[in-house]
Amino acid sequence: MGLFSDLGAWVLNALQRLGRASLLLLAMLRGFVDMLYRPRLLLEQLYSVGVLTILIIAVAGLFVGMVLGLQGYYILSRFGGETALGLMVAASLVRELGPVLTALLFAGRAGSALTAEIGLMKATEQLSGLEMMAVNPQYRVLAPRFLAGLISVPLLAAMFSVLGVAGGWFVGGGMLGVDQAAFWNGMQDGIDFQDDVINGVIKSIVFGLVCTWIAIFQGYDCVPTSEGVSRATTRTVVHSSLAVLGLDFVLTALMFGE
Amino acid sequence: MVRRPDCRNHSMKMDSKITPSDDILVKIRDLRFSRGSRAIFDGLDLDIPRGGVTAIMGPSGTGKTTLLKLIGGQLRPDGGTIEVDGQDVHKLSTDNLYRLRMRMGMLFQSGALLTDMSVFENVAFPLREHTRLSESMLRKLVLLKLEAVGLRGAQGLMPSELSGGMARRVALARAIALDPMMIMYDEPFTGQDPISMGVLVKLIRELNDAARITSVVVSHDVTETLSIADHAYVISDGKVVEGGTSSQLRESGGEWTRQFVNGLPDGPVPFHYPAAGLAEDLFGGTS
Repeated sequence: MGLFSDLGAWVLNALQRLGRASLLLLAMLRGFVDMLYRPRLLLEQLYSVGVLTILIIAVAGLFVGMVLGLQGYYILSRFGGETALGLMVAASLVRELGPVLTALLFAGRAGSALTAEIGLMKATEQLSGLEMMAVNPQYRVLAPRFLAGLISVPLLAAMFSVLGVAGGWFVGGGMLGVDQAAFWNGMQDGIDFQDDVINGVIKSIVFGLVCTWIAIFQGYDCVPTSEGVSRATTRTVVHSSLAVLGLDFVLTALMFGE
Repeated sequence: MVRRPDCRNHSMKMDSKITPSDDILVKIRDLRFSRGSRAIFDGLDLDIPRGGVTAIMGPSGTGKTTLLKLIGGQLRPDGGTIEVDGQDVHKLSTDNLYRLRMRMGMLFQSGALLTDMSVFENVAFPLREHTRLSESMLRKLVLLKLEAVGLRGAQGLMPSELSGGMARRVALARAIALDPMMIMYDEPFTGQDPISMGVLVKLIRELNDAARITSVVVSHDVTETLSIADHAYVISDGKVVEGGTSSQLRESGGEWTRQFVNGLPDGPVPFHYPAAGLAEDLFGGTS
């Protein structure tokens, strides 16, 4: 009986949290209207959520592309197919690695920072203070951060893919002697705008929404103590990473399945 | 035998309604509120008169801060009503509740200053959010509010550069920025050195009189609170134990109030945590 009651309590708790998270999402979506009149709030968050994440995305994208160039060359050259290196690097990045790795890095850098910031605002009564000043924190604090995450992740994923392709080209074309024209032509011929690029963008929008939503909810719903904020920050990274990997499988099956 | 405080039938409880209803700004009736299985308020009745300083005192954990959050509509009661200026707080729509909050200020125990803004911007924040004042007018207003709390010179500092007492004074300047009808103070004296405490005591009284507002001070610092309060309540076990003027409370014959006001270590609130008899514990052979 103990096991069943524990399981029941866990399910009820999870459903309650899901309900609270859904209500928060609706409130933040309503808060988007406010930002039409106050774009400065959004611009500030685009800087802290998006611009400050560029460095880690750029460095990671470059190195992932370089590794893809190396690994791809060693495998393709066994079959004399090294001219397909450009296609392989670009397809891997645009379809999968760009959106997925960007989302994972975003959750680790910006998501954890969002949770900690909002959690600390809750712990130091800043959110309560806003409510008592007749300012809705869901509109004033949370909605700009949410929209900034939603906008930033697809742009960061695009940057990741572009720098990844540059890294692959640098290794393949620059260091290993793959024919440059074959590298770029193979990519141009093989990458389909609709099937590859647009689907990759859709993935990164979904990942951006989920990662930012999880990060903001964990901060807003955390126990307002130092331990509570610490646990919420950890949960943000774990839940976001698992959600991204699970959703990636579902989206890939829907987009590229027969 | 363990003694428990019995404060439910005290004779002075009748004094909790101390003024005619026209002069009452906050009217609380039969308030019930629980956290989990623990009842915080169990039929609390309380009136806060307009225009004065009302103190709500009680030991730690009696729900004083919770009461302020209930008055501000941040928490919903399980039962009973809270009326502020004739409006039932918990029946208001969100828009109307926010409209009412614009007429209420609250000073949080931590100050609750926005840490990414300077002192000036913190005080300007409610004005920027709720008014369309020109920048020069806004600047004048903010400087006047900061002058009122003696911190005009600190306008450029960040919250992390302020002492605890200064942070509360800035928070007070922010709370009065919109010229509210009422200010609620949550433990304003906790953790303050004697000078800061004296400054805060003076400010609360002077701001109340100068701006003709209503002040509600929640505190367990008896001496300081009673020195500025026109009316005071002592609450415990979810109810008002006693209410009246400061001098009435100081001279109270109630055993519980006397223990609280004079800080006596033993009385209705026992010195010893509930336990079995000492002899039984020492020689009973149990650990």
